[in-house]
Amino acid sequence: MSEMEQMYREVILDHYKSPRGHGLIENADAQAEGQNPLCGDEVTISVKFAADGETIESIGFEGRGCAISQAATSMLTELVVGRKASEVAVLPKEELLEEIGIPLTPIRLKCAILGLGVLKVALHKAKGTPLPQEWQGMGDDLSFA
Amino acid sequence: MQASSYARDVAVTPATKLDAQKLRADFAVFEELFNGKPVAYLDSASSTQKPRQVLDAMREFYEHSYANVHRGVYTLAERATAGYEGAREKVRAYINAPSNREVIFTRSATEAINLIAYSWGLDNLGPGDVVVITELEHHANFVPWQFVAKKTGAEFAHIPIDDYGELQLDALDEIAKRGNVKVVANNLVSNTLGTINPVEKLAAWAHEQGAIMVVDAAQAAPHRHIDVQALGCDFLAFSSHKLCGPSGVGALWGKRELLEEMQPFNLGGEMIRSVALERTSWNELPYKFEAGTPAIAEAYGFGVALDYVSEIGLEAIEAHEHELVVQAMDALLEIPGVRVFGPPADRRTGIVSFELENVHPHDVAQILNWEGVAVRAGHHCTQPLMTRLGVAATTRASFYLYTVPEDIDRLIAGLHKVKDTFGA
Repeated sequence: MSEMEQMYREVILDHYKSPRGHGLIENADAQAEGQNPLCGDEVTISVKFAADGETIESIGFEGRGCAISQAATSMLTELVVGRKASEVAVLPKEELLEEIGIPLTPIRLKCAILGLGVLKVALHKAKGTPLPQEWQGMGDDLSFA
Repeated sequence: MQASSYARDVAVTPATKLDAQKLRADFAVFEELFNGKPVAYLDSASSTQKPRQVLDAMREFYEHSYANVHRGVYTLAERATAGYEGAREKVRAYINAPSNREVIFTRSATEAINLIAYSWGLDNLGPGDVVVITELEHHANFVPWQFVAKKTGAEFAHIPIDDYGELQLDALDEIAKRGNVKVVANNLVSNTLGTINPVEKLAAWAHEQGAIMVVDAAQAAPHRHIDVQALGCDFLAFSSHKLCGPSGVGALWGKRELLEEMQPFNLGGEMIRSVALERTSWNELPYKFEAGTPAIAEAYGFGVALDYVSEIGLEAIEAHEHELVVQAMDALLEIPGVRVFGPPADRRTGIVSFELENVHPHDVAQILNWEGVAVRAGHHCTQPLMTRLGVAATTRASFYLYTVPEDIDRLIAGLHKVKDTFGA
């Protein structure tokens, strides 16, 4: 299989074209959005917790971006349902990358882990779980709103 | 269309033609194979490849003429200073500036614009003033002004574009009503769309308002003849690395009266006249704005690159790029699902941004890379423009004097491969 066929293997294109967990949840318990400034990928993720207020009962996302970023976020939704917020907050990226199962250059790696970062930000906002290092100390807002 | 292609042929004067195939021999990179194929380098708007003439001259300079500038009295220091100041004269001539003293070497076009925003903007802007930029600015000519406007309490207004990526100048009257327009900042050529902007008109309007006109010429200077006096602007910035020169050096031209009134941007050595414990006085222009040891050999290489480009001829480069743009736009528009952004070919330089329906530009660029085709995918540091176009990113192919029609053929073939992969 060529490098190209490997990166755009069937499962990636399938998740990209028919994303799982697509669409935001109304009255979500946690929500966050994020961008990958390198290529303009965007992902918003919303989470609903189970009655224990800790277990992820459902998760939904919306976004636009490259096949890798959107397929990886789709796979992520399948990976985290039923798991506790505290556990997902420290979920190593390798677990997601194993799921994606293709070799990634450093730039494409950022695409692949965008959704995971955004999910951790959402959990941080709702539960105060630790923020991933690359999301700490984001610059001051320059918006003129 | 038969008629327009005929008209194109007669519009190009054969005497101004360049031989891209021959020029490629100056660039070692075209001898190398990537994924088994020579590179079809279609990212020159981002940065150009470097010819041997520039690289050899820099090596020669380092080996035989290198020392710090403006200090030593020994021969090497004299040679280095002569090389560095000679480059300044080449920059002056290239943009037809009235005086060498108005040409400042910076690290990049970005730093040049930051210099104006900080040194002029912080002291001259305040509440009630308006800073005007456009919807298609590169972030380098957008964010510094947004920052300085916010810091000084000035308003930040933008000139919108139409669906072809051309500035809507009828918005100017409304903008003028928002306060005292003090700065108008615009790129001469859009880095994303290639649009050639009506900077002369904007400069005239700016001066009617009592504003300064700042021109980002980073995308224009490598491709078109620049004359700061004809443009009627107050400041103009461009960089070396986009016109076959080394990275790490750029130039700012500014009107002497303005530069003389401004405070220095960086403080330290070289930029002072005298220093005492109580006070320091500034050096004369341009050294007031060149604190620290500059990029000496890079500035020298910048000058050699200006010679290289000038010798080929900007008219010839412009005509060559126009032919490539016509070829690329015609071929792209024949691919179902491709949308090309920006103005028609005769209103742009050698830049084509497009999208392929249902495939993200990053995926397009990735697959093209395996075909040995190098394009840029992303927002091209123009996020407000991306918002206006309603896309997160585009794929951009950009051309220069060494681009050949076969490069574009390979781009088109690669796009068909992208479509096959994605079933788009």
